[in-house]
Amino acid sequence: MSVTIEKPEKPEQPAAAPETVRSPRSARSLVDAVFRAREISIAGALALLVLFTWIAEPRFLDGQGIKDLLLNAAILVLLAVGQSVVVITRNIDLSVGSVVGLSAFACGKFVSGTDHGALTVLALGLLVGAGCGIVSGALVSFGRVPALVVTLGMLYIIQGVDYWWAQGEQINAADVPQPVLDLGSGSVLGIPYLPLIAFVVLAGTAYVLRTYRAGRELYAIGSSPEAARLAGVPIRRRVLTAYVFSGAVSGFAGALWLARFGTVVADNAHGWELTVVSAVVVGGVAIVGGTGTVWGAALGALLLTTIGSALAVLKVDSFWEDAITGALLLAAISVDRIVRVRMTRALRKRSAR
Amino acid sequence: MSQSASTGVPVLALEGVNKSFGAVRALRDVSLELFAGEAHALAGENGAGKSTLIKTLAGVHRPDSGRVLLDGGPVVFHGPADARDTGIAVIYQEPTLFPDLSIAENIFMGRQPRRALGRIDHKAVRIATAALMARLGVELDPDRPARGLSIADQQIVEIAKALSFDARVLIMDEPTAALTGSETARLFSVVETLRAEGAAVLFISHRLEEIFELCQRVTVLRDGRWVASEPLAGFTQDALVRRMVGRDLAELYPKQDSRVGETVLSVHRLTREGVFRDVSFEVRRGEIVALAGLVGAGRTEVAQAVFGVDRADAGEVRVGGVVLRPGSPTAAMDAGLALVPEDRRQRGLVMEMSIERNIGLTGLDRLGRAGLVKRALERGRAADWAVRLQLKYGSLADHVGMLSGGNQQKVVLAKWLATEPTVLIVDEPTRGIDVGTKAEVHRLLSSLAAEGLAVLMVSSDLPEVLGMADRVLVMHEGRLVAEIPRDAATEESVMAAATGLTDGAGGADGATGGAGVAGDTGAPGPAGDPAATGPTGATGDAAASGHTDATGDAGATGPTGATGPSGAAEHTGEAAGAGPAGDPAATGPTGATGSTGTTGSTGATAEGTRT
Repeated sequence: MSVTIEKPEKPEQPAAAPETVRSPRSARSLVDAVFRAREISIAGALALLVLFTWIAEPRFLDGQGIKDLLLNAAILVLLAVGQSVVVITRNIDLSVGSVVGLSAFACGKFVSGTDHGALTVLALGLLVGAGCGIVSGALVSFGRVPALVVTLGMLYIIQGVDYWWAQGEQINAADVPQPVLDLGSGSVLGIPYLPLIAFVVLAGTAYVLRTYRAGRELYAIGSSPEAARLAGVPIRRRVLTAYVFSGAVSGFAGALWLARFGTVVADNAHGWELTVVSAVVVGGVAIVGGTGTVWGAALGALLLTTIGSALAVLKVDSFWEDAITGALLLAAISVDRIVRVRMTRALRKRSAR
Repeated sequence: MSQSASTGVPVLALEGVNKSFGAVRALRDVSLELFAGEAHALAGENGAGKSTLIKTLAGVHRPDSGRVLLDGGPVVFHGPADARDTGIAVIYQEPTLFPDLSIAENIFMGRQPRRALGRIDHKAVRIATAALMARLGVELDPDRPARGLSIADQQIVEIAKALSFDARVLIMDEPTAALTGSETARLFSVVETLRAEGAAVLFISHRLEEIFELCQRVTVLRDGRWVASEPLAGFTQDALVRRMVGRDLAELYPKQDSRVGETVLSVHRLTREGVFRDVSFEVRRGEIVALAGLVGAGRTEVAQAVFGVDRADAGEVRVGGVVLRPGSPTAAMDAGLALVPEDRRQRGLVMEMSIERNIGLTGLDRLGRAGLVKRALERGRAADWAVRLQLKYGSLADHVGMLSGGNQQKVVLAKWLATEPTVLIVDEPTRGIDVGTKAEVHRLLSSLAAEGLAVLMVSSDLPEVLGMADRVLVMHEGRLVAEIPRDAATEESVMAAATGLTDGAGGADGATGGAGVAGDTGAPGPAGDPAATGPTGATGDAAASGHTDATGDAGATGPTGATGPSGAAEHTGEAAGAGPAGDPAATGPTGATGSTGTTGSTGATAEGTRT
């Protein structure tokens, strides 16, 4: 994957606008406005939340507070990016949580007591995750088994393997080589590595989804599988790739988990798959595929993490975190539904004119 | 590319192609040759195998035996992409677009112009799309998502797609079915240009005049077999129809005479925004009423709204005089309605279930007690209907998916007939089933009607409509534009109404027939609740002239025509109270025309004709 970063958020559109041949831009701006509205409203909610918490507890936004917030969000953002790519194709990957767990444990096992560098660990995590992704992806795309079932099965299988391997054992930070731990705690220009890495993956993925045929074809598959087939889109290969990507990102996140926490048990990231899916949906990626951006998904992940942190800072019972996440999810889905119906109607009127 | 027509090697050809789907043999030993610079028509009735043939050329289906030849050499397409890459463009009957993606992306999916490093050149895509739109002479914003486009506009996007890769072979499956006259003309000029540039065109249309207008050569298919390939010059439409049908029509459409009884289904001013408007009609006992029109005219939608699958925005449906709760198929079933849907695989049957289970589905509460289903009762019900409908099956426990299309359709019919309905709505009852079964289905519908069932039949199959219906209701762009009685219904009169054209003769005939039918309904009209049955009664008889006349002016005035007679019918109600009760309906049309005097039904006919 190329990770060229050049402000990927729809860079050429404003520039191209005057050159477009005499076509009315109204429909486009309507659709654009709707989707930008989604991202803006999440960003707005995020800002309000941060502001409110900061007023209540100023330490929330001191140097260490921001750092914690970013560190906490980084892994969830990564997972959300991977998940979005799968959800855009009208599929789902529920195995991400256990892939993180397996990868973190495998990496820990591999490096404990050795002096391997950070890159080796990251590569290993990537491979472990990609391996899991290949299995899920092959079952979904070539085996034509519904994604929900396949990845649910993978969730339990991977978890089982992880438990069996760990046998109640845990990896201690003392055994993990220093370069790996530095990856989790170090920073450049005051920004920790983890969020930087997450941002690079996010920006790179967004760019590929927008600018490469393969990326657009993922949207095509999610929007109408039948039309994609007739348009000659290699559906199975693309779906497989989406799963391998999601798996690889999860495995990568597992390696980062090890770097950040040092201490690793068998059920790290247990239950995260649902948080990830929530983040993606809250961020505006339609669960039925075809629409949404990884930027939105990342914002969703950031919002969910921030809610958790804010509640902790405000000393609110952590029960409320789950309840608020659930409410946000329902709100997001309802808004999606209403917006879609309204927009279809508006577009139909436009074309009837 | 060769500019000369029909000399040399065909660009694309089929040679002895066979293709079966399960037990159904869709194509048997079919051959076809497409030459550069020639427009070739593919003719045949519904179910003759045209769509399968196209999908074989498009790489969607692979032939069981036989060869596809490209420039004289055999090719094997592994998928639609292969066919596309050799320059074959296909425009399907149902446009297949990505609703969430922009028009530009829809056109260039998988083929976007690229910049360095394989990146999509979004600007070039947009400009190219705008250029295509300009070439087609339409104003569609390349950046607009495909969601919410009208069918005609979706068709335009499909055509733009074909244009975008300079197709050598352009295949069009009924592209004009949902287009207006001017849109069709625009399409034809584009096709003509492509042909002049040396493209081979394969064109399917049910409108024969279009075939004669656009094409130089025709291949006729019948029941999956090749019948003839010949030049169109010197051919007449009648000769072509004879080749397509090739058998005695009377045998295929065994219409029994039946006594038409009282009105059981009446639909009054039913409207669903953006889909259909102000649709009123009624169906009487013993009558088969066809709902004809082009694809996209809103017929299926009307049927679904009547049954309550879709909720209508306005209007009401009465069954046996009782208003039906809208949006509730359960209420419709309880009232005695049954709907045999258009798509039997998706909506008519549960493909993974057995024959008996499928038939049992509509009467689970009657197949046992306390919510439990008795297997013996379920099997008995299925066995009963399987015999009555001459179902061909191995065991009642077999999956319906194993049956042929025709037998599947019989299962759907059995499933609904087992509810003992008073009104049967059938949507495309014989689509995609073989001729033998087709005739059986027709015989069944006809005998059911003779037993007093009211049948509303939605059909795109014109011979079927003409052969089976006592009355033909025609829809055009969401409105009911004509009501044509059996003896006045011809291919021309129905098609004219369906395409929104004026047809004076059809209108006059309609009036004659309308008055004739009026004699039957006369009694229930004033006898029942005059306010309620008055307007619907008017739709039944007087509206026969009202509607057709309205078409004479403009399609849009259809509803005005409908309300006019309904007002008049109220007068009739009063007049009937005072005057002789024997002939009230005859005054209906007369009143509607605004002329004076109560005359006999012949007089009414004359007045109707005058309008």
